[in-house]
Amino acid sequence: MIVGLIYLTAFVAAFGAYIVWNRTREARHDFTSLKTVTFGDESTVSANRFASIVSIVTLFALWGAFTGSKIVPIHVPGPFIGDTSFEYTATNATGQTANATVYLRVHPIGEDVALPEATGGNGFARDDAAKIGAWRSGLVKPETNDEGGKEDGYRVTAIDGNSIAPEQTVRFAHGDITMTSKGTLSVKPDRGLQMEPIWLPSPEAVVYRLIEIARDGYKNFTLWDHLGSSLWRVVLGFFLGSIVGIPLGYAMGLSNWFRGWFDPIVEFMRPVPPLALIPLVIIWFGIGEEGKIILLFLAALWIMTIAARAGVSGVKISKVHAAYSLGASKWQVLKNVIVPNSLPEIFTGARVAMGVCWGTVVAAELVAAEKGAGMMIVNASKFQLTDIVIMGIILIGVIGYGIDILMRIAENWLVPWKGRG
Amino acid sequence: MGSLKIDRISMRFDLPGGGAVQALKDVSLELNKGELLSVLGPSGCGKTTLLNIVAGFLAPTEGEILLNGKRVKGPGPERGMVFQQGALFEWMNVRKNISFGPDMAHKPAVETARKVDELLKIVGLKDFGDKMIYELSGGMQQRVALARCLANDPDVILMDEPLGALDALTREKMQGLVLKLWKETGKTIILITHSVEEALLLGERLLVMAPRPGRIHREYNLPFADLGVSQDLRMVKKEREFGERREEILTMIWDMEEEIMGRQEDVA
Ligand SMILES: Nc1ncnc2c1ncn2[C@@H]1O[C@H](COP(=O)(O)OP(=O)(O)OP(=O)(O)O)[C@@H](O)[C@H]1O
Ligand SMILES: [Mg+2]
Repeated sequence: MIVGLIYLTAFVAAFGAYIVWNRTREARHDFTSLKTVTFGDESTVSANRFASIVSIVTLFALWGAFTGSKIVPIHVPGPFIGDTSFEYTATNATGQTANATVYLRVHPIGEDVALPEATGGNGFARDDAAKIGAWRSGLVKPETNDEGGKEDGYRVTAIDGNSIAPEQTVRFAHGDITMTSKGTLSVKPDRGLQMEPIWLPSPEAVVYRLIEIARDGYKNFTLWDHLGSSLWRVVLGFFLGSIVGIPLGYAMGLSNWFRGWFDPIVEFMRPVPPLALIPLVIIWFGIGEEGKIILLFLAALWIMTIAARAGVSGVKISKVHAAYSLGASKWQVLKNVIVPNSLPEIFTGARVAMGVCWGTVVAAELVAAEKGAGMMIVNASKFQLTDIVIMGIILIGVIGYGIDILMRIAENWLVPWKGRG
Repeated sequence: MGSLKIDRISMRFDLPGGGAVQALKDVSLELNKGELLSVLGPSGCGKTTLLNIVAGFLAPTEGEILLNGKRVKGPGPERGMVFQQGALFEWMNVRKNISFGPDMAHKPAVETARKVDELLKIVGLKDFGDKMIYELSGGMQQRVALARCLANDPDVILMDEPLGALDALTREKMQGLVLKLWKETGKTIILITHSVEEALLLGERLLVMAPRPGRIHREYNLPFADLGVSQDLRMVKKEREFGERREEILTMIWDMEEEIMGRQEDVA
């Protein structure tokens, strides 16, 4: 909720600042800037660099602010850490009242600290001490500490002068105190708004973890082994799917018999998400490498088949006619007209297939694998190693994005005529 | 020698929902080598169908096409085709497009390259050989299409509204080019057009077709194409006879169009 509001504020503020700043700049004079109709003309919309950068910075700033990161100057309030105390008032069996102080030491989790000193007290009440980890709560038991605490009629009646009874909650200087039904005090120091590292580690923790795993590896394999094996599976599965799927698609686009034979299969397999095949593939081929390659092969196969088929049906009949009129044979028409004409479609298919394969391989590794990006994060999640999980997700995203960019570069380079026929 | 004979061609398209369209009925025609025939007619009268049959893309339901005495059974390099638009190969540059025919026939590369150079000069694209198709304007693309067709040295050139998508000015220039190429190469040409002026200017012979069923309505022999070779096309258009013919044919086609519309209203 709060995060959403802050994010919205950042969006509006950056947008406003940009508009104001833009007014002061000199107007540009390229073609787009001279268009008067821009709203609704999609061609005038291109991603605003400034907005993209601010967007990314905002994401990291929010992440840092809510995790107490050192790289971000402003933080939302964190959990209380340090020494504090509260005073309680108790009544004993004979009706006397006395006060004592409980000294609390709230420390970062994982750190070993000494108990604070507690020697004073008045009457039967004795000062007490407790240490509590940040984000945690601790029990304070005056009844075991005070003289006569075990006798009937002993009870704590107030915290810092505010009266308390079983099942009631009272605030003290740095948190809440709830009395259990048995009279024990459950102390909950303020948690603030920051996330605990086991839920969301700070950006630098993730980076440190990345460095550490890049150096030492994870679960018997180096980071490159994990990522590389995922990538290798994708590339191999995609490659196999393409060398079967593309000719199959051509055959389906060129022959009635092939179209008739394979149409039911392709049309049936097309809507089946590859993830739904994981259980069957595991039953048939086990959790080893073979099963994963076959899964990715299937994921790529239908997409590439359909892309090649669409590429063939997309060829303008006048081009084919022209080629025949120029004396081309069937093979020459296939090689010089149909194949190049279908390349843009095939590239589009390849981009989709690569994306699907990358998603599928991670999912398959989540289910079962010895190594791989998916295996790394699912394994880490079992041990609450959230920083590894987040690092893995970011790496998976970056690699997926990288694959798409590479495909787009290859596309621009290999089929520059795309969409200009 | 070198004649194209269209012998009692009929074409029926069976429609999927039953019924049929008689696109052509009993069309006969003979063209001698080096003749330029333009074909006019209201939309849907079967012009494209006729051309596709001559090109060999369609087999007629009745009749046959003979080129130099040989029966046409399918497309072939002796009948070149220039399409209205979009039939160039955009994955090849201009040069590769023009040399497509010779390349497919595995002609020697040096000879082909010389031919391409020559054609590029003729169609006025000397410096555009290495450009990609999508870098050219529509008029330039049609000049490439013409050159590609000529590079293959066909006996007959078939053109289906080759200039239909061009602006008036470019179109006029291209008309001059077609005339020039026709005279220089002596090719037999069939040219389909929607423009009466173009048909009159370019056609040595002119065929007016009538619809439902598609048939030959009238045939003319015209002097303008010969005039146009030596004279400015604009001057030819000013001739009195040109104007008379234009009016006559326009009226004829208008009447046919109106008849079609009337008939459709009757049905409705
Ligand atoms: N493949 C086809 N299937 C069914 N009918 C067709 C087919 N091709 C053409 N026709 C019909 O044949 C008739 C002649 O069509 P055609 O394309 O030859 O006309 P056209 O004279 O070239 O017209 P336009 O001047 O508009 O290009 C039309 O009525 C058309 O509907
Ligand atoms: Mg037509």
